[in-house]
Amino acid sequence: MAEEEKEKKETEEKQEEKTPEEEKKTEEASEEKKEKEEITFSTRDFIFKKVESLVFGVSSPQMIKKMASAKIVTPELYDKEGYPVDGGLMDIRMGVIDPGLRCKTCGSKLKECIGHFGYIELARPVVHINFVKVVMDVLRGTCKECGRVLIPKNKIEKYKKELDKVQGETGLEGRRDAIKSILSSLKTINKCPWCKSRQQKITLEKPTTFMENEKKISPVEVRSRLERIPDEDLEMFGLNPTSVRPEWMILTVMPIPPVTMRPSITLESGERSEDDLTHKLGDIVRINQRLFENINAGAPEIIIEDLWDLLQYHVTTFFNNSVAQLPPARHRSGQPLKTISERIKSKEGRIRHNLAGKRTNFSARTVISPDPMLKLNEVGVPRIVAMKLSIPETVTEWNMEYLKEFVKKGVSEYPGANYIVRPDGKKKRITEETQEQLLEEIQPGYIVERHLMDGDVALFNRQPSLHRMSMMCHRVRVLPYKTFRINPSVCHPYNADFDGDEMNLHIPQTEESRAEAETLMEIHTQLISPRYGLSVIGCIQDSISGNYLLTRGFSMTRDDAVSLLYNIGIDDMSRLPNKKEIDGKEIFSVILPEDFNFTGKSRGKDKEGKDDVIIRKGVLNQGVMDVNSLGEEKGLLLRSLHQRYGDKRTIDILGKIFMLGTKFLTNHGFTTSISDTDLPEKAELEVKAILDKAEDDVNNLINLFHQGKLETFPGRTMSETLELKILEILNKARNKTGDVVAEYLNKNTGSSIMSDSGSRGGPLNLAQMAACVGQQAMRGKRIEKGYLKRTLPHFKKGDLTSSSRGFIRDGFKYGLTPYEFFFGAITGRDSLMDTALRTPKSGYLYRRLANATQDEKVEYDQTVRDASRKIIQFKYGEDGVDVSKSENGIINVDRIIQNIK
Amino acid sequence: MAKRKRKNIVDVKNHVLIPKHKKLSEKDKKELFEKYNITLKELPKIPLDDPALADIDAKEGDVIKITRESLTTGKSIFYRGVISG
Repeated sequence: MAEEEKEKKETEEKQEEKTPEEEKKTEEASEEKKEKEEITFSTRDFIFKKVESLVFGVSSPQMIKKMASAKIVTPELYDKEGYPVDGGLMDIRMGVIDPGLRCKTCGSKLKECIGHFGYIELARPVVHINFVKVVMDVLRGTCKECGRVLIPKNKIEKYKKELDKVQGETGLEGRRDAIKSILSSLKTINKCPWCKSRQQKITLEKPTTFMENEKKISPVEVRSRLERIPDEDLEMFGLNPTSVRPEWMILTVMPIPPVTMRPSITLESGERSEDDLTHKLGDIVRINQRLFENINAGAPEIIIEDLWDLLQYHVTTFFNNSVAQLPPARHRSGQPLKTISERIKSKEGRIRHNLAGKRTNFSARTVISPDPMLKLNEVGVPRIVAMKLSIPETVTEWNMEYLKEFVKKGVSEYPGANYIVRPDGKKKRITEETQEQLLEEIQPGYIVERHLMDGDVALFNRQPSLHRMSMMCHRVRVLPYKTFRINPSVCHPYNADFDGDEMNLHIPQTEESRAEAETLMEIHTQLISPRYGLSVIGCIQDSISGNYLLTRGFSMTRDDAVSLLYNIGIDDMSRLPNKKEIDGKEIFSVILPEDFNFTGKSRGKDKEGKDDVIIRKGVLNQGVMDVNSLGEEKGLLLRSLHQRYGDKRTIDILGKIFMLGTKFLTNHGFTTSISDTDLPEKAELEVKAILDKAEDDVNNLINLFHQGKLETFPGRTMSETLELKILEILNKARNKTGDVVAEYLNKNTGSSIMSDSGSRGGPLNLAQMAACVGQQAMRGKRIEKGYLKRTLPHFKKGDLTSSSRGFIRDGFKYGLTPYEFFFGAITGRDSLMDTALRTPKSGYLYRRLANATQDEKVEYDQTVRDASRKIIQFKYGEDGVDVSKSENGIINVDRIIQNIK
Repeated sequence: MAKRKRKNIVDVKNHVLIPKHKKLSEKDKKELFEKYNITLKELPKIPLDDPALADIDAKEGDVIKITRESLTTGKSIFYRGVISG
C-alpha cells in the first residue's frame, strides 16, 4: 500500500505502470511473429514489473480536458439519418456502439474500441455530491480571508509529527481517525491565528448548499476559497496536493463517460432506447446550454440562480440518484434512474454482483433425493441435465467413428452431442440442417461436445461449503426423472438431507481438471476426516439395523444367503461355508478381506454380557456389527480397514456392507410402533414406585425448606440449594425409570433394535415413550416463568412441587396432562428459538475463523506457517501428529510393532 | 507506552499458569534461526513490557524460549522474539 490516502470511487485511478508495459508486450509479440513463425513464444519474453504503489486522486479540470477526446455542446443524439451528431452525447469520437461505424479517435470498430471520455464546460461551477463532506471539513478548517489552516504556525509541525507517529502505529486507519479529531477541534476557533480575521460558522444545508451566517456561499465563492489554501496546509486535512486539490472537488468541467459505458438498445420496433446515464447527461447538457444562453443574454439573476440550482440537481443525481434530501430523477414510467453510484453500490452493483459474484458454465442444480442402489461415489444425473451438459472430446483417427455416432444422434436423442468445435475455434451447434454437413466435415483435430455419460467425472457440491468434503468428485450415472440422486451414506459430509435440499453439479472440461478432481477430490480420498481421524462416511439407519440383525444371530438357508450376497454384487461364494443353514455372521464375513483382523467394542452387550467384537482372518467370530463399528464418525472397523487396505478398497467394502444391511432388512422386514414400548405390569409398578418416591422426596425437601431446616450447599442460598437438590432427585428418578424400561423391554422389537444398534434413537427416547418424559428445563433451571410466583393459574402461588415446575411424569405413550403438555411446549419453543438464533451467529463465527486461518500450512519442517512464512506453531499441534493418520490423535506404537511382526 | 521495567503490581512469575520463560543466548538464537531458516521477523512476538519478562534482562531483538506444560505432548517449546512495547 502506498502512503497516500484519499479514496473516492469514480475518480480517475492512475496506473501509469501498466500501460507502457502492456504496449511493450504486444509489440514484442507481433515483432516475433513477423520474424518467423518457428520462434515459439515463451514466458521469458514477458517483462515483469512490480506495482509499488497505487495513488487515488481527484482529476483536475485540466486533466479532464486532456483525457477527453470530444467536447460536448449539444444534447441531441442522432441526426435525421440516425447518424450520431458531432458534439452530441453519442459522438463517435467517444467510441462506437453501432456495428459498421468506426471510432473517430482510435479508428477501431465496435467491440475493439473501448471508448474515450468527452467533457462539457459547465456554465457555472457546481458541487460534486460525493465530496461535500471533504469540502465542508476544509472550509471549516481554513480561514475565509487568507486561506490558511486554523492552526497556529508552531503547532502545525507538532500535529504533523503526531500524525506520522499514529500512522506508524496503527496505519492509515489511525491517521484518518486522528485527522478527524483534529478537524473537529478546529470547529470552535473563531479567530484566524494567521491574519487575525474573524471566522464565521459554516453550516451545510443538505445536500449541497454551504451556508455562512444564514447566507448562501455560492460554489464560485467556495471554489475561490479553496483555491487560496496553500499546498502545505492540505496535509492537515489528509489531502495530498500532488493528486488532490480541494478546488477540484467543485466541478467546472465535467467528464462525459464513453458511449461504450452507456450503450443504447434498439427495440424491436426499431426505436432506440437510451441508457439511464445518457438520459441524465442529456439533462445536464440541455440545462447547461440554457444557462449559457441566459448568462450571455444578461438574464435577471433569479432566472440564472434557478437554472444553476437545476444544473446542480442534475449533476448531483448523475453521480448519485439516491441522495436522501433530493427527489430521485425518474424515467417517464416513474422508475428511478440508475446512475453511477447505483451501478457500483449494493448487492446488484458492479462490485458484489459482477466482480465478487462469479457464475460458471457447465453446471447444474436441482433437488436431491436418495438412491441406496447407487455406489457411494456415484451421482444420479437426470437425463435432461445430461443432455445439456457436455464433455469435449477431441477427434482422432481412432475414435472418429465412435464420436460420429454422437453427432448422428444430435441434440435431442440421448447419447448425442450439442456442438462441434472446428480446429480454428469456431463453434457449430448441431441441428437437423447442419448435421449431415458436419458429419462429413469431421476429421481429426475437431472437437465433439458430447452428452454426459455414465462414468464421467463431475464435482458435486452443497452450500455452505465449510469443509473440503463439501465438494467432492463423483461419477456420473444418467438416470430418468428430474432429481440428482446420491447414496444416502454420503449425505453426512455434505450435511444434506432430502427435505428439499438442492445441490450443484459441475463438469470439468479439460483432461487436467478431470485428473485433478479424480486424484484429489474423489469420495475415497475424503473418507477419513482430518478433524478426528475417523470415516465421515459410514452406514446409517436401515443399513446399521440390518447388519445388526444379521450378525446378532440370524440364520438362513444357503440358497437365501447366496441370493442375498449375489444381490449386493458378490459372485464369489467360495468363502461361504458349505452347509445348509448359514449364520448371519458368516454371511457378513464374506465381505471382509481374508486376512483382516479386528477387535472392537459393540454398543450394547450380547446375551453372554460381552461387548467384544472379534474378527480373525476375515471371519466375524464374536460380537455384532453396530454404530461403533460401521457408523459415520464412529466406525472403528472402517478406520481399521482404511489403515490396512487403503481408501479404494475400503469404499468398496463399505459400499457392500451398506448394501448388505439394507438388502437384508428389506427381505427380513422391519417395523416400529408405539406398542414396541409396552411394559409388563410389574415394570409399570416399578416405574410408578420410583416416581412416587421421587415426588415424596421432593415434597419432604420443600417442607424442610419451609421450616428453614434445609442444609445449604456452601456458597448457595437455601432456595438455590433446594432447586439443585430437587433437580438432582428428579433427574435421577427419570434415569432410573430408563433403567427399568431398558431391563423389561422386549429386545426383538423394532424400537429396541434401533436403539441397541445405534441406528436411530437411544434409551432416553424409549424411556420417554414408555415411562416418563422427565424434567423440562430452561437455562439449566426448572420452569419458573409465567404468572406471579407460579407457572400457570392451575397451581397455588409459591408452589414448588415437581408437577408445578415442569416435571412431566407421564410418558408419551400414556399421554400428557394439559399442563405437562404446556411445559413441553415451553421448552420446545425455547430450544427452537435458540437454534434459529444461534445457527447464523455460529456460522459467521466459523466463517471468520476459517478465513483468518485459510492459508496456514504445515511446512516440511513441521512448523505451521502463514502466507508470509511467519511461524504460528513450531510443531503442528505441538506433537506433529496428523490426526487423520492416528487413532484419536495418538499414534499406537504397539499396533505398528504388531503389524510388522 | 509503558515504561521499561515497570513495577508489576502482582508478581506473575510464580503463578501456576505462567510457563517458564528463558532468554536464548546469541549462539542458541543463531542456531534456532538456522534450524527454521528464518529471521526475527518470522517469529511470534512478545512485547518488551510483558509481565513475564519482568525479571529477564531482555532487549529488543532477543528471543525468549517458553517451555509450556501441554496436554498433548507433556512439554512443548515455543519461541518468541522480543519487540518494543
